[in-house]
Formats: sequence, structure tokens, C-alpha cells
Amino acid sequence: MTALALPHAPGQSRAVPRLLIGLAVVLTAIFVVAPLVFIFWRAFAEGWAVYVANITDPMTRHAIWLTALVAVIVVPVNIAFGIASAWAIARFRFPGRKLLMVLVEIPFSISPIIAGICYLLLYGRQGLLGPFLADHDIKIMFALPGILLVTMFVTAPFVAREVLPLMQAQGSEQEQAAVTLGARGWQVFSRVTLPNIRWALLYGAVLATARAVGEFGGVSVVSGSIRGQTNTLPLQIELMFNDLNTTGAFAAASTLTVIALVVLVVKAALESRR
Amino acid sequence: MSISIENMTKSFGGTPVLRGIDLTVESGELVALLGPSGSGKTTLLKIIAGLEWPDAGALDVHGTDWLRLAAQDRRIGFVFQHYALFPHMSVRDNIAFGLSVRPRATRPPKAQIAAKVDELLQFLQITHLGERYPVQLSGGQRQRVALGRALAIEPSILLLDEPFGALDAAVRRDLRAWLRDVHDQTGSTTIFVTHDQEEAFELADRVVVMGDGRIEQIGNADQIHDHPASPFVARFMGATVELPVTLNAGRAEAPGLDASRLPRRALPDGPATLFLRPADITPQADPNGRWQVARCDSNGAILRIDLRDGDSTIPVDLPRRAPQAAALTRGARVTLRPEAGAIFPAPRGAPAPITPVEHRKEKAI
Repeated sequence: MTALALPHAPGQSRAVPRLLIGLAVVLTAIFVVAPLVFIFWRAFAEGWAVYVANITDPMTRHAIWLTALVAVIVVPVNIAFGIASAWAIARFRFPGRKLLMVLVEIPFSISPIIAGICYLLLYGRQGLLGPFLADHDIKIMFALPGILLVTMFVTAPFVAREVLPLMQAQGSEQEQAAVTLGARGWQVFSRVTLPNIRWALLYGAVLATARAVGEFGGVSVVSGSIRGQTNTLPLQIELMFNDLNTTGAFAAASTLTVIALVVLVVKAALESRR
Repeated sequence: MSISIENMTKSFGGTPVLRGIDLTVESGELVALLGPSGSGKTTLLKIIAGLEWPDAGALDVHGTDWLRLAAQDRRIGFVFQHYALFPHMSVRDNIAFGLSVRPRATRPPKAQIAAKVDELLQFLQITHLGERYPVQLSGGQRQRVALGRALAIEPSILLLDEPFGALDAAVRRDLRAWLRDVHDQTGSTTIFVTHDQEEAFELADRVVVMGDGRIEQIGNADQIHDHPASPFVARFMGATVELPVTLNAGRAEAPGLDASRLPRRALPDGPATLFLRPADITPQADPNGRWQVARCDSNGAILRIDLRDGDSTIPVDLPRRAPQAAALTRGARVTLRPEAGAIFPAPRGAPAPITPVEHRKEKAI
């Protein structure tokens, strides 16, 4: 074991470390770098003009807009839910606390498509609440509310999971100190609790954003993939791909990829600050 | 501000931590709550602060029912064991916190807050640390900042939880004297929690000894040291030797025991337990003595001697230059002559056992 960590001993073979490093480089190139390069290469395959045309295609533009809208609504809701649930679990002892901890984690262990189907069975026209919703002219399935619900479900654990361990580790003494100094509930939260968790919070929000933007399986069930209406960017990419519009699909994919890369950089920057 | 606590009880999940506390603290007094961990002392402190709530009982401060007041409205200064400084704020901002969170109507203007912080930094002798952050401070410096933050709101009562618990011995001694000065200068009623007898006795006007959720004794160092009110206090104060004796006309009698130095006690005749500190026992060489020297080690100043009688062994500490010391070689026979001790009538049932010698190591720390 120590032989690998220590400087190379004379006479010992360097073959094994070199082989392992080489293998890692080759695999990374095949599975990560090549597809990434391929996306941009295909997106620009027919030139800059076609790329711009593809991106500004009304259907694609709508998909980008819808995806952004979903993220803008879902992420703040998740931040609020994440802080609230982490605070409740870390600071209080109440019946159902363990259950809440498990519930927060559930979206990680359930396939998004199952979540989508559950919502369909619940809110769809043939679903449990279908007649009631139809009577009141509320449309959840195959519309924005359905997409929001599924995305919220899928991204629910991200913020809570980042913030909770930090809150548990820090304990409540600082908050108690603030209280004895006369701080009211909101002041305690904004001046003591929030600054302590800000980086973890941002980190969780970035991860949730990435997931919200890229979510495919759950959304594909509940959105109905109506072009120009309920098609998010990942669904739009699939549609174009199925339409044999490969260049268009890759152009749209390149926007998602850029978002992913930005998220990656922000995430790395945040990790070094935590 | 005087504090009056009456018949206070509190339990956590069915485990009682306070079992009926009655305590009065006079205005301007410096009181220590002394006890082993789990005795309920920190819980009592947190109840006074408003960070915990009792199950029953009354808490009156200067004629006001504090159980109706939220912690925010009590204007207390609380210093946490691990300081609980705000890590994202500079020392100045930490100290200013209590003033800056006041509602606009009562909040002092910025310049006035800054002046107050300057004054406190000066008072705490940390003027050069104002711009630093808590991670850049040593333990003793953090302690001062924590105290400064608590003092900034001019608290009616100052509460400190194990104020020196996390510091090394030299810093402890310094801060102890300094805290006494701070108390004398501010004149605020102060209660602090500690498990360290020396700290409690050196610093406090009065010491409240707590054990298992009850107040066992209240008094000053001499009173508690010489006249422990209960077997618990006697043990806690280092009387680790427990000898079964028979009381006869107020005098303890037991084979091998010379109780001539102990004053007569107004206790009924019958079985009792004599509590002794190892240092308060003088072994007298006596060829017919029951106790035999089993071991005798010297640390230069003090001889640590184990005396044995059958199955029971007791530890004795004797100055090496004491006249009796020369005769105490291994195997020598002696009679015990306690110089001081506490006697409590034995509870009905089994006679109190003699503390096995293993306990000595823990107590010697």
C-alpha cells in the first residue's frame, strides 16, 4: 500500500501506476471528453448560421424559455423547503422527525418516471382527483403545473441534504446566543443562521438548478410533450432527434451542456469556499 | 437584581434533571453552581436565561415573574462554554450584535454603538483584536470577546456556563482573577456553572453544590469543606475514605481507629459512616494496630500510603517530613488517627462499604 504513496523506490517497476493512470485518462477521454466535444462539433457541423437558426427556432426558443421558467420557480421553492426542513430536523425534536428525514431523501431513491406516473394517476383526467380538477377547470397534467410538481419532487432533497449536516454540526448555541442578546426570530435567522449556511445553501441550489434544467424522465410523463407549449429543453432535444434533425438536436443540447459546464465551475468554486 | 427560584422541577423525556430547586441570589452577588456533570447545573442556568423552561416552579427576578418573559426580553448576558461567537462577524461586530438588533426606536445611533464597543474592547484589554475574526483568536481571547458581547447590552444578570472549561490551566487562573475584577466593577449579579471546586471557591461569594438535580449545600469554601451537608458533598469534596463506625455519645468508635482529634457530634448513638480525606488521616505506628502498610510511594513531598485490613484498603496521604513517616515501612502496623472528618448516620440496611483503592486514581487527578 505505502509503496504507491511514497516516492518511487529504486529498482521497483513503474508499470502498474502508469497503467492505472493511462487507463483513467483513456476512459475519461472516451466517456466524458469525446461526447462533450462531439456535441459542439455536431452542433456547429453546418456552420455558425445554421447553429444560430437552430437555437432561435421558435420551438427551441420556447423550450429554453420554459426550462428557465421551471428552474426559476422550482429552485426558490426548493431553497425555502430545504432550509425549513433542515432547520426543523436539526433544531427540534418532534413526532415524525425521523419520517421527515426519510421523506426528504425519497426522491433520490425513486425513479423520476415513477414520480411522473404517480402524479398522472393522481391528477390526470382518469386519475383519482381528475373529475374534481376537471369540474373546477384546473389543468395540472400536460401543463406547466405538472412539470413544476415533478421537477420540485425530483430536486427536493438537494438543498436540504447540503444544509442539514452543516446545521447539525454547528448546533444551536450561536442561535441561542443571539436570542439572549435580544435578537428576534427573523434577526436570528438572517444574521446568524443564514450566514453560517450560505455556501452550503448556494451549493445545494446550484445542484438543484442543474437537475431542474436537465430533468427528463419525470417531465416526459406529465408534460405530454406539446411542442411550443409543454416541451422543456431535454424533451425538445429528444423530439428533434427523433425527427432526424440531428444538427438541431445537438444545437439545443449544446445550450444544456453550457449550463452544465457553468454549474460545474460554480460548484467547484463553491466547494473551495466551504 | 435579586433572583428567587422556588420549587423548580424539570425533566427531559422522563428523566428528572431538576428535582425541586429553591435558591435565592442577592443583588450583586457572585454565585457558583458546582457539581459533577449531570447534576442539573447547566439546565438551571439555561432556565434562568430563558433557553429552557421548567416543568414547574417559579422564577422571580426583582419582583418580576421571568417565566412569562421570553429570553429576548430578560436582558441577560449569557456566556457559553464554547463561546458561541458568530464566526462570520469581526470581534467588533460580535460585541455590537446585541445593540444592533434592537428595534429602531431603542437602537443607539451607530457612533454610539461604536463608542460602546471601543469602551468594552478597552475594558476587556483586547483593543488590538477589534477587526479580527473568531477563528483568529486564542481560547482566552474568545472568552473575553464572548464576555464583551454579553456585557454590551448592560445585562441585569450575567450567566456563565463553564466559563473556563475549555482553557488551559495558566489562562484559567489569569481569567479567573480578571473575571472577579469584571464582576466587582460592573456590580452585576453573576451566576456561573463549574465542576471545578477550586474555581468555584476561589471566585464565588457563595457556592451552591448540586448533585442529581438537587441542591446539596450552599455556603462558602470553609463551610462546605469542613462541614459537608451530605455524604454526596463529602465525597465530592474529596472524602473518598468511608469507614463504618459506631457512634457512642457523639464520638465515632471503630477497631483500629483513634478518633480523639474529631470533635463530638450531636448525633444519636448507633451505626454511622465516617468520611475522611486521604490527607486528613495520620497513621500512628502501633504494634497492635489493625491496619498494615501495604504500599508506600513517595512523590517527593507526599507519601502515598495504602493501608490494609483484611479485604479493605484505604489510601492515606502524609507529608514525607511528618514525624510519623519514618516508621511507615511496608508491613508496619498502624492505628488510624483522623484529623478531620464528617460523620453521617448509616442508612438502614447494609453497612457502608470502604472505598476500594481503585477510586483513588480518579480522585487524584
